[in-house]
Amino acid sequence: MSTVTLPTRQEVEDLLYREAALLDEWRLEEWLEMLTDDAIYQVPSTDAPEGDARNTLYIIADDALRIRSRVKQLLGKLAWAENPHSRTRRMITNVRVVGVDGDDVLVTANFVVHRMRYETVDTYVGRYDYRLAHFGNTLKIRERRTILDNEALRPHGKISFIL
Amino acid sequence: MPGEESYSEAFSRDELRLASPAQVDSYRGFIFACLDPAADNLYDYLAGAREYLDLVADQSEVGMKVVPGQQSYSARANWKLMPENSVDGYHALPVHQRYFGFLKDSGVDVKNFGAHQRALDLGNGHAVIEFQLPWGRPIAQWAPPFGEHRKAHFDTLRRRFDERFGKERASLICDTSRNLVVFPNLVINDIMAITIRTFYPISADYMEVNAWALAPIDESAEDSALRLDNFLTFLGPGGFATPDDVEMLESCQRGFVNREIEWSDLSRGMQSEHPLTTDDLQLRTFWRRWNQLMTQPEPIRARNAA
Repeated sequence: MSTVTLPTRQEVEDLLYREAALLDEWRLEEWLEMLTDDAIYQVPSTDAPEGDARNTLYIIADDALRIRSRVKQLLGKLAWAENPHSRTRRMITNVRVVGVDGDDVLVTANFVVHRMRYETVDTYVGRYDYRLAHFGNTLKIRERRTILDNEALRPHGKISFIL
Repeated sequence: MPGEESYSEAFSRDELRLASPAQVDSYRGFIFACLDPAADNLYDYLAGAREYLDLVADQSEVGMKVVPGQQSYSARANWKLMPENSVDGYHALPVHQRYFGFLKDSGVDVKNFGAHQRALDLGNGHAVIEFQLPWGRPIAQWAPPFGEHRKAHFDTLRRRFDERFGKERASLICDTSRNLVVFPNLVINDIMAITIRTFYPISADYMEVNAWALAPIDESAEDSALRLDNFLTFLGPGGFATPDDVEMLESCQRGFVNREIEWSDLSRGMQSEHPLTTDDLQLRTFWRRWNQLMTQPEPIRARNAA
């Protein structure tokens, strides 16, 4: 039997809302501190939401190095799709603590993320699957899977920010 | 069909069934559909592009496959900007500096360009650029991000190509990257991985794009995972490059709204006998074919095809 103490939904919501605020405010360095050193960030292709990144083409499948590089790029001047940065506004709902795996806590949540740029609004809708790890009294993000309900990135064209 | 008797005798199911393309044919496993019954047969239509499909198809001894997972995206831009972008070497450094920065951080010597590079008109509007970049090609060109432990494995893969094709062609297959446009709307970029890309105009200023990864059927699970990982460093709507391409096409489209801009200058390399990837020969090849089809009178077109 697992000895992991399940966090309350409110504790998990606090974490997800803080993350959403940091991302919307482009405080990406602080966001990195919410991740474990072995964190992964994945967005599967819209037609294969349950596929495995090792044998299925994804949209994003970052390991920790690539997450850090992505942040560095987005905070630099050369990521043209995000220079100037777009405005984003994240709605996180239906947060559920769905189980444990080893010492990690598994969480799902629904999202609606609006991206505003050049007076167009693109809306990303879907579900987050999180694997959270205990570090002392805090939880960190070990896995972050963004599973889109959008059937295609149309007319969005891209995922140029952290979704 | 319920109630068919309500129609008159003139009713014909045949007239209402789904239409078939006028021609369907395949080359090296690539299946093409064509709506024009008067068009050339596929073999002749592909012309010089066949050689470049060969260089991709020859990467497996048993055949290539489309990996599951389709990147379905779009650009708020005219569709003709996509073939331009897909074979244009000139934009690579300024638009994708962030990607080359990432490569450099990963231990790749980004200044280590190979000597071989050229742009070619392949006939019928098809064009290709060939070049050598040190980004690592999962087929058989090792790069530092793949890890020291894979070096010997890559040497083994490469020796097999040398045996199959001889050193010269093996080098062309393994060491050379290529961006190919098959007129009008197919792109096969065999670079740090292989992507197949098709694109369709939905309106004058909006296109839909579908992209897939192509891989050898007989590739090991580990090699396949490495290939997909390398693919995503650059390619696709969440990669470190494609989003900036889409951004540039959309920026250009916003600029084109200014009707005083009548021309895009694609004159680079017109004086050169050996056009480079950073010249515009490949773009002129596409546009000249497009212009020919748009401006030549219909009867001449039909006669050419007959």
